[in-house]
Amino acid sequence: MEAIINMALLTLLGVVTLAIVVQRSLLSVVILTSIYSFLMASVMIVLDAVDVAMTEASVGAAVSTVLLLGALYLTKSREETPRRSRALPLLLSLAVGAMLVWGTLVLPPFGTADTPIHQHVAPRYINDVMGEVGIPNIVTAILADYRGFDTLGETTVIFVAGIGVLLLLGGLRRQDPEEGTPEDPS
Amino acid sequence: MFTGAAAALLVALALAILRAIKGPTVFDRALAGNTVGSLAILLLAVVGFLTGRPEFLDIALTYGLLNLIGTLAVLKFFRHGDLAYDPEEGRER
Repeated sequence: MEAIINMALLTLLGVVTLAIVVQRSLLSVVILTSIYSFLMASVMIVLDAVDVAMTEASVGAAVSTVLLLGALYLTKSREETPRRSRALPLLLSLAVGAMLVWGTLVLPPFGTADTPIHQHVAPRYINDVMGEVGIPNIVTAILADYRGFDTLGETTVIFVAGIGVLLLLGGLRRQDPEEGTPEDPS
Repeated sequence: MFTGAAAALLVALALAILRAIKGPTVFDRALAGNTVGSLAILLLAVVGFLTGRPEFLDIALTYGLLNLIGTLAVLKFFRHGDLAYDPEEGRER
């Protein structure tokens, strides 16, 4: 059943992605990307990665919708059709995609327990988390305790990126269209 | 029963996405986007019961809040052409 739900969701994801590429009205593209994020979050939930799904929904569907709309205010509302031929980028991305799929062929089957990644540190985490950290959720224990400094660094990066985006959008917005500055966004 | 509900939700999801892609006006698309968010919440709940872990219901509540933010932002942008519109000043900042 889960496999069927996943296949249906992934098909819909492909359809939405094609629509985003074809669609020229940028406001519609923003709405479609938010739909994409909700579908992606559903896929993550079916795959049992609830924390990733939570991040995808909050960042993809809520925050980036707001950020994209803020950026849309500074540009035109329609995407122009590119003048140059699009054959080379298409070929390049198809080649990269084919190479990535080719790379997955040598991976062990999905869900195998005796792969190298499950032999080294995973048993230690599973055995010692309750004694060392005391949090029953092992993923949370690893992210918040064993990799605490790593998570702190990630949080700092996201904080700095947020400040950068706010400065960019806020700095451009002050040039009001009524004042007629040369950098007039309209 | 939950299997049937999940299948019905997937069909509804496909129809909403079809409307979001075709939908002649932005309002059709905004409504379809909101519907997809609601259907994702329902799908989350149904999948939780399908896999025997109804604890997912708490996350469904958070999804409801997130869905509201996205739709509100799109509608406010469409109404005023700017997210920083302040109704008390009556004009764009």
